[in-house]
Amino acid sequence: MNAGTQSHAVDLSNSTVRELNTALHALKAGSNASLWRVTNPGGLHAIAAGLDAPITVEVDGPVGYYCGGMNKQATVLVKGSAGVGVAENMMSGLVEVEGDASQAAGATAHGGTLIIGGNAAARCGISMKGIDIVVKGSVGHMSAFMAQAGTLTVFGDAGEALGDSIYEARLYVRGSVKSLGADCIEKEMRDEHKAQLFERFKLAGVEGQIDPSEFKRYGSARTLYHFHVDNASAY
Amino acid sequence: MNEHMKPPAAPRTLPRESATFDAYTLSEIRRAAATGIYDIRGAGAKRKLPHFDDLLFLGASMSRYPLEGYREKCSTEVVLGTRFAKKPIELKIPITIAGMSFGSLSGPAKEALGRGASAMGTSTTTGDGGMTQEERGHSTKLVYQYLPSRYGMNPDDIRKADAIEVVVGQGAKPGGGGMLLGQKISPRVAKMRTLPEGIDQRSACRHPDWTGPDDLEIKIEELREITDWEKPIYVKVGAARPYYDTALAVKAGADVVVVDGMQGGTAATQEVFIENVGIPTLAAVRQAVKALQDLGMHRKVQLIVSGGIRNGADVAKALALGADAVAIGTAALIALGDNDPQWEGEYEKLGTRAGAYDDWHEGRDPAGITTQDPELMKRLDPVLAGRRLANYLAVMTLEAQTIARACGKSHVHNLEPEDLVALTIEAAAMAQVPLAGTDWIPGQTGRF
Ligand SMILES: Cc1cc2nc3c(=O)[nH]c(=O)nc-3n(C[C@H](O)[C@H](O)[C@H](O)COP(=O)(O)O)c2cc1C
Repeated sequence: MNAGTQSHAVDLSNSTVRELNTALHALKAGSNASLWRVTNPGGLHAIAAGLDAPITVEVDGPVGYYCGGMNKQATVLVKGSAGVGVAENMMSGLVEVEGDASQAAGATAHGGTLIIGGNAAARCGISMKGIDIVVKGSVGHMSAFMAQAGTLTVFGDAGEALGDSIYEARLYVRGSVKSLGADCIEKEMRDEHKAQLFERFKLAGVEGQIDPSEFKRYGSARTLYHFHVDNASAY
Repeated sequence: MNEHMKPPAAPRTLPRESATFDAYTLSEIRRAAATGIYDIRGAGAKRKLPHFDDLLFLGASMSRYPLEGYREKCSTEVVLGTRFAKKPIELKIPITIAGMSFGSLSGPAKEALGRGASAMGTSTTTGDGGMTQEERGHSTKLVYQYLPSRYGMNPDDIRKADAIEVVVGQGAKPGGGGMLLGQKISPRVAKMRTLPEGIDQRSACRHPDWTGPDDLEIKIEELREITDWEKPIYVKVGAARPYYDTALAVKAGADVVVVDGMQGGTAATQEVFIENVGIPTLAAVRQAVKALQDLGMHRKVQLIVSGGIRNGADVAKALALGADAVAIGTAALIALGDNDPQWEGEYEKLGTRAGAYDDWHEGRDPAGITTQDPELMKRLDPVLAGRRLANYLAVMTLEAQTIARACGKSHVHNLEPEDLVALTIEAAAMAQVPLAGTDWIPGQTGRF
């Protein structure tokens, strides 16, 4: 934090999410980079959704659905767990959850980074379109379903049907994978992938602590890219 | 035996085709046997269905007096999104352009829709695949669809939109996702959707980050937060259980509910889906209106009805049954020039006829509308096509006003079910208006 950073405090036990978001939306790029400390989030929904400025929002406690939804530029730190769809459709910036995340974390997000300190539930990274997601724990079933682009890195295990109907996203999993979904296969881990993985470790601040070669890479077999009668059982 | 004694040949019956196994059915069985894959096509249900044609207006008589055509005003404006949005949408006519994806339609076609709608003071709607400059640039009012695929979805475009339409389903395929075949995944379409070029692309049928009405309520809250509660939020459903779907959309916080009947067009869906899933538009309107009335929300949450709307009579009938506005897809494409007989020779080469062409997913549209082929696209002049759409919208509006005046209404919204009778028992039951010449509404006891 530099000297010019202004700090603001919002207590959600006596102000509303609407008031908080109104204040955050009023901040434009180039305005004083600022730090916002939000207390008593109490699982409220849509906290810090729709931000579009290089600010930092620290949320002290658990958040409900869609925290940091559609984020651009901002850094949102959740010191607690997150409900459904954290950082959904994020474009850029960083959303970091210290605890666990519910379903559909990082869903459809086009860019930016999502770090989950704990586990992420089902459908983590569903329809992701370019985001980098790092989950320090495990992910639930149907994660990276129809994932189009970006990376999903999982330090723990993955549930059933990982990467079902996946397009061009890359999945890195250190632990076990209960099962792979349709058209998702294990792929060779070449040097470029190890290098990419190392960059993801940096995003999560764990470079040097984890060995990329402990991970396996998964991606699309690209057999479902064109409708074909022989694939009927997969549709 | 004498030649003349030979018994005459037994008379034969005429060759008889089966009503069950008719020529179309046989051709489909052969097609399926040859290819092993279901038939995919555009447009809506083609089978004959109970529709607005089965209703008639009574007009004025002894007990009601009509308004003077051209002289006494019959207003047509409609305001959408008065429930929660800070900036509701004000339309000059109760006819909007339905969501049709860029990808299924060309850029110039999108531009033409924008031009035509804007000239008449109404809105257009994006579609799967995101917002294009062509459409935003030429639509004074643009509704931005929020679909399961979220292709091209981004907060900048949300902020540029005048309203947001959360798509739960479409009348052509309630419960179905989308598909765009490889021929139409041009470099530009691929980039907007973050997909490899030329692949057959599927769009999900369920939203990735919410399921059910309770989640939808939270999703709508998020969209309102992102847009600072400014923009109307529509919820679009395919007509399946319109009473409950409308009620649940209202509960979830919608400003506007869009109900799309099974005749509603699509860019590409399985034939079996189009013809066999969902209910007709006529059957859906009264149920949706009833849900709004039961909740005390009729006219507070606006209802847009679509699926097979073709002329001002259809518009007037939908409004009389309680809708606030209608949306058109197929008819707008026809107005632009789709399926026009001037391309007959080319339709024949594609194995079809002008008027029957529905392979909108193949990208070879002779009229240059449902295509991404740069050469075909050039055939559509967006200025001229926009003008045609504006003319058509003007005619529909005049027609609806003509009927409304005949029923003595100074605003098209004053049309009411009491102005209508039905020609068939089915239509009477579905629309809950009496069978013509009787006071019988199936399911209700007589009024007198
Ligand atoms: C070419 C085409 C593309 C369409 N694309 C979409 C779409 O992206 N999203 C959507 O909700 N509906 C889509 N629809 C359905 C329309 O929004 C609308 O529900 C339907 O066309 C109304 O029925 P009508 O065609 O009989 O007027 C599409 C329809 C057509 C004809």
